[in-house]
Amino acid sequence: MTVARREKAIERALLVSALSAVSMLALIAAFILIEGAPVMLRHGISSFLAGTRWAPTKGSFGILPMIVASVVVTLGAMVIAVPLGLSCAVFLAEIAPRRAANFLRPAIQLLAGIPSVVYGFVGILFLVPLIRENLGGPGLSVLAAVVILGVMVLPTLIGIAEDAIEAVPRTYKEGALALGCTHAQAIRRVILPAARGGIIAAVILAMGRAVGETMAVIMVIGNAAIIPCSVLDPARTLTSNIALEMGYAAGDHQKALFATGVVLFAFIMVLNSIATMRIVRGRR
Amino acid sequence: MTIPIDVETKHRIVVVLLWLAALVALAVLAFIIAVVLWNGLPAVTLSFLLESPRDMGRAGGIFPMVVSTVAVTLLAVIVAAPLGVGTAIYLTEYTSETALTRVIRFGAECLAGVPSIIFGLFGFIFFVIQLGMGWSVLSGGLTLAVMILPTVMRTAEEAIRAVPESFREASFSTGASRWQTVTQVVLPSALPGIVTGVILGVGRGVGETAAVIFTAGSSLHIPTSIFSPARTMAVHFYILAREGISMRHAYGTAAVLVILILAINTAANWLMLRFQAKQG
Repeated sequence: MTVARREKAIERALLVSALSAVSMLALIAAFILIEGAPVMLRHGISSFLAGTRWAPTKGSFGILPMIVASVVVTLGAMVIAVPLGLSCAVFLAEIAPRRAANFLRPAIQLLAGIPSVVYGFVGILFLVPLIRENLGGPGLSVLAAVVILGVMVLPTLIGIAEDAIEAVPRTYKEGALALGCTHAQAIRRVILPAARGGIIAAVILAMGRAVGETMAVIMVIGNAAIIPCSVLDPARTLTSNIALEMGYAAGDHQKALFATGVVLFAFIMVLNSIATMRIVRGRR
Repeated sequence: MTIPIDVETKHRIVVVLLWLAALVALAVLAFIIAVVLWNGLPAVTLSFLLESPRDMGRAGGIFPMVVSTVAVTLLAVIVAAPLGVGTAIYLTEYTSETALTRVIRFGAECLAGVPSIIFGLFGFIFFVIQLGMGWSVLSGGLTLAVMILPTVMRTAEEAIRAVPESFREASFSTGASRWQTVTQVVLPSALPGIVTGVILGVGRGVGETAAVIFTAGSSLHIPTSIFSPARTMAVHFYILAREGISMRHAYGTAAVLVILILAINTAANWLMLRFQAKQG
């Protein structure tokens, strides 16, 4: 084979591998949809999405309680993660001495490396009793899931928000300081507004992580398939609905779990698309 | 009446609050690691690591889970690394920004955001059922491979992009072809960065539960081939903790997991720092 032909063949092979991620994504979407959509259509999309009764062995597949729980838990996690995570990102990018930053950055990434089952376990042992004894309720609750998720999404939020803050041109900050701003004023009035796009993307991606988290949530949220009335009530998210029942579900019940997956996938794709578009636009 | 605060004091308050936020994040990390190691290390002995579990995991050790974890993760890396690095090479060396590369990047970004339970569902229906692989090391490994592909790809792309253009120009000027330049010049200098990405992928694979529990299964036996069902350490830990089988052994397994993750992350960081130092 001549060099030119070999080069051409290699290029083609590389192109094929480059298409692997996209084709896997398409394959995942297709398979979840093929498995999940028929049962959704058969029972009626509205009664599936807006039904409040989940009794899969009796043929009731209403996942509204899980949708509500997933949304509430995700937004709740943001209440904790956004102030804490943004502060950490600003700290890393603007305040921290070099050595502190070099220590803190890998430590926060380590937080992302800790398996989600370990988070759930620590949650059961410490957080759940803490809530039960001080605030009442069974302890296994929306609040427990909110706190755990608030911590778990920190690395995602901090990493992307820090990148966004560091991408703000130095001249902006120097200009603000030259006008007599304190560093804190420059951060609040100039740097954060300039980094807004990336910060919003960071928050949205963190929301995606929270919606999708499974094992840690299963262990602390109590898993009752009812719409929670307070943050101290147990609830069941879309992810935990799937993971709890996949082990033994069969027939329409199993298909209904895939249908739950379709809804989850739709949530994630919307969040990711918004975030990715923001990041791409920010780069230009 | 509010107490007037001058800007200097305000600035100091903000700085203190930011320090506090960082310390809170650190404290949470330290707390989790300390709790797991403090309660778990006493259970971790040589026989715990080298024996098979007895009585559903109440007694004995976790040897089959160690083997399963290594097997599943290794398989995932063997599949994901060439694909991820291949993608990175294509994106950096063989093409410029086009509609196609945007699609490739968008696909990878989205894949990175897909929750692990969705990978579990997909792996179950595609590898376990459709392709008839059953609950096996193979199904679990392939599912994990899809999951870690974006991590490997992104890190490899960054590493390859960081190789100075002059290296390539020098190589081309000696008459080397594009592929020769890639294999002889670009990849060797990007290697530490690429390995970092692979190690991070390993870390994700080791700790993963939702994606492997429905694809590799939860058999307590040592897998004898890639077609055997397997139970990884994370899955074992989940089952022990959730079904309240044995607190002591759950902690022990968690401690092994956390130590592994610590080691993996430290290795990745060390490599990354060395790589960056070399790049200047």
